[in-house]
Amino acid sequence: MATVESHSSDSFLKILALDTSTEYCSVALFLNGEVISHEILAGQRHSELILPMVRQALGEAGLTLTQLDGIAFGVGPGSFTGLRIACGIAQGLAFGADLPVVGICTLEALAQEGGGGRIIAALDARMSQIYHAAYEKEAHGWQLIAEPALCSPEDAPLVPNGNWTGCGSGFDKYDQALRARYGGSVKRTISGLRPHARSIAQLAAPRFAMGGGIDPADAMPCYIRNKVALKEKER
Amino acid sequence: MFSHPLLVLGIETSCDETGVALYDTHRGLLSHALYSQSEMHSEYGGVVPELASRDHIRRVLPLIRQILSAAGVDLADLDAIAYTQGPGLAGALLVGASISAALGFALNIPVLGIHHLEGHLLSPLLSKPAPAFPFVALLVSGGHTQLMEVNGLGLYTLLGETVDDAAGEAFDKTAKLLGLGYPGGPALSKLADEFVHSGHSKYFELPRPMLHSGDLNFSFSGLKTAVLTLMHKHEMTPDTRGAMAFAFQEAVVDVLAEKSLAALAKTGLTQLVVAGGVGANRQLRNTLCRKAEQIGATVFFPEFEFCTDNGAMIAFAGAMRMQETSDQDKRTDVFTINARWDLEMQGLCT
Ligand SMILES: Nc1ncnc2c1ncn2[C@@H]1O[C@H](COP(=O)(O)OP(=O)(O)O)[C@@H](O)[C@H]1O
Repeated sequence: MATVESHSSDSFLKILALDTSTEYCSVALFLNGEVISHEILAGQRHSELILPMVRQALGEAGLTLTQLDGIAFGVGPGSFTGLRIACGIAQGLAFGADLPVVGICTLEALAQEGGGGRIIAALDARMSQIYHAAYEKEAHGWQLIAEPALCSPEDAPLVPNGNWTGCGSGFDKYDQALRARYGGSVKRTISGLRPHARSIAQLAAPRFAMGGGIDPADAMPCYIRNKVALKEKER
Repeated sequence: MFSHPLLVLGIETSCDETGVALYDTHRGLLSHALYSQSEMHSEYGGVVPELASRDHIRRVLPLIRQILSAAGVDLADLDAIAYTQGPGLAGALLVGASISAALGFALNIPVLGIHHLEGHLLSPLLSKPAPAFPFVALLVSGGHTQLMEVNGLGLYTLLGETVDDAAGEAFDKTAKLLGLGYPGGPALSKLADEFVHSGHSKYFELPRPMLHSGDLNFSFSGLKTAVLTLMHKHEMTPDTRGAMAFAFQEAVVDVLAEKSLAALAKTGLTQLVVAGGVGANRQLRNTLCRKAEQIGATVFFPEFEFCTDNGAMIAFAGAMRMQETSDQDKRTDVFTINARWDLEMQGLCT
C-alpha cells in the first residue's frame, strides 16, 4: 500500500522515516513536502521486512541514502525490541551515510494519525497499563498537554474539560475504563490507529529544518517503562 | 590462510558484553574494544536480558568509532561486517544484528551472521603460534561445555558435552554459594589459588562427576550440591571457604583435563584448543599443559582477553566465512537472529 499526501512546510527536505514500535512495520519518505509510505503487519518479522522496505521506498523515489537530509524513527514508547530495531537501523543507516537523526515520540505520531484538534493518545503497555499522552494541534504543530507517561487506565492523567478524541491501542483495549476516567470529555474514539512512519516523517521535517538532527550514536529509544527488574537488595 | 585482502568489522552483542573489532586478512587484528556490563548486572544477581539490550544499543556506535580511529581506518575502507547471530539473548542479538545490517546497507558491503560458538572455536587462531586444522576444541564458557573435533571451517563434530550445568555456570553458582557475588567464577578461582599458595592443610575431597562414564560428556550440577553439603557440615571460616573453593576447582579441572585427553586419544589428534571464559582459569591451563606434554600433545589457548566474549573472534570468523560464502549469499537486507542455535542443527557440523 502506498499513500501520497502533501505537506506544506519544509518542502526542500528529503527524509527517511521508520517505525517498528508495534506489530506493524512502516517506512516513509518525505520528499519535498510529499510523503510516500508503506506499512506491513509484521508480527515479529520486523528484522526481515524493514531493510527490504527501505530499499523499495528508495528505489521508487530513485534516491540513494546519501541524497537524504536525515533519518527519523519512532523512539517509543512501544515494544522494547521493536524500538531497538528501529533505533539500530536508524543508527546504522545514518552512521554509514553520515546523516543526522531525529527521534519522534510514538504517542505524538499517534496523535498526528488522529488528525487534529485535541487528542489523547494511548498505547497498550501490557500488564494492565497504558502509555499515555495528550496533545492539542496548533498552527505550528502539537502542543503537549500531558507528558508521555506509564499509568493504569483508571489513573490516566486528567486533561482540561473539552472536546477530546481518544485513539491508539490503549483506547482499543480499555475504551470503557478510559471513557469513565474522562467523563464526557472524550467525545469520540478512533479505533485501529497506530503510530506510522508517515506521521514520523511529517513531524520530523520541521525538526530537521530547524537543525534539530542529532548524531546517530546519540539516537536512543525512549521506553518510558524504566523499571524492568528488581535489584537483589530490593527483593 | 587468506587469499584476498579484506577488512572486516566484527560486532558481538550476544550476552552482557559489547565487543567490536577490525580484522584485516593480511595485517591481522587491527584494533578491538570491549565493554562489559557485568558490574550493572551484578546488582541484580545475574544478567537481566532487557537491561543488557538497553546497554548494547548505547555502546555499539561509540565503540566502533573508537576502533576505527585506533586503527586509522575509515568506514569506507570496510569490506564486510560480521555480527553474532546466535545463540544468545534474543533482544541483545538483535541490537548487533540491526546495526550491522543497516551499516552494511549504507556502505553497500556484505553482512554475515556468525555462530557465537564458531567464534569461540576459532579464537585460538588469533594467537601466535596458531594451531592448524585439524584439532580438538574444549569449549568451556558460562553457557557451554563441549568437546569438538574441528577439521576445518564449518567442519565440527561434537564429541561430548555437559548434560546439565556448563563449567562456567557451575563456577558462578558455587561462587554464589560461597558468598563471592556474581559472576563469581574468577573470584572463586582466585580464592582457590590463594588457598594452595598459603600452605593450608584443611582439605576436602569432592567427587569427579562422570569421570568414568566411558563417554566424553560432563556433569557439573552435582558439584555445587556437594559444596552445599560441605557448607552445612563445617563451620565457615576463611580457611574452610578457601578449601572448598580449591576442592571445587580441582574437581572441575580434573574432569575437564581427563576428558580432553580422552578426546585426543579417541580422535588420534595431537592439538588441543581451549576456548571460552573458563579457559582463563590458571589451574586448568597448568593442568592441561602438563598432561598434554606427557602424551606429546600441544595445547593452545586464546589470549586472555579473547577467552570471554569479544568482537575479535567474530571479526575473524567473519573473515574466514567471507572466503567461503558465495557473493549471492552475502547480499541480503534480511537479517535474522537465532537465540537458540546448535552448531550441529544448523548443518554447520559434519
Ligand atoms: N579464571 C576463571 N576460572 C573459572 N571460571 C572463569 C574464570 N574466568 C571466567 N570464568 C567463567 O567464564 C564464564 C564467562 O565466559 P564466557 O565465554 O564469556 O561465557 P558465556 O558467553 O557463555 O557467558 C563465566 O561463567 C565465568 O565465571
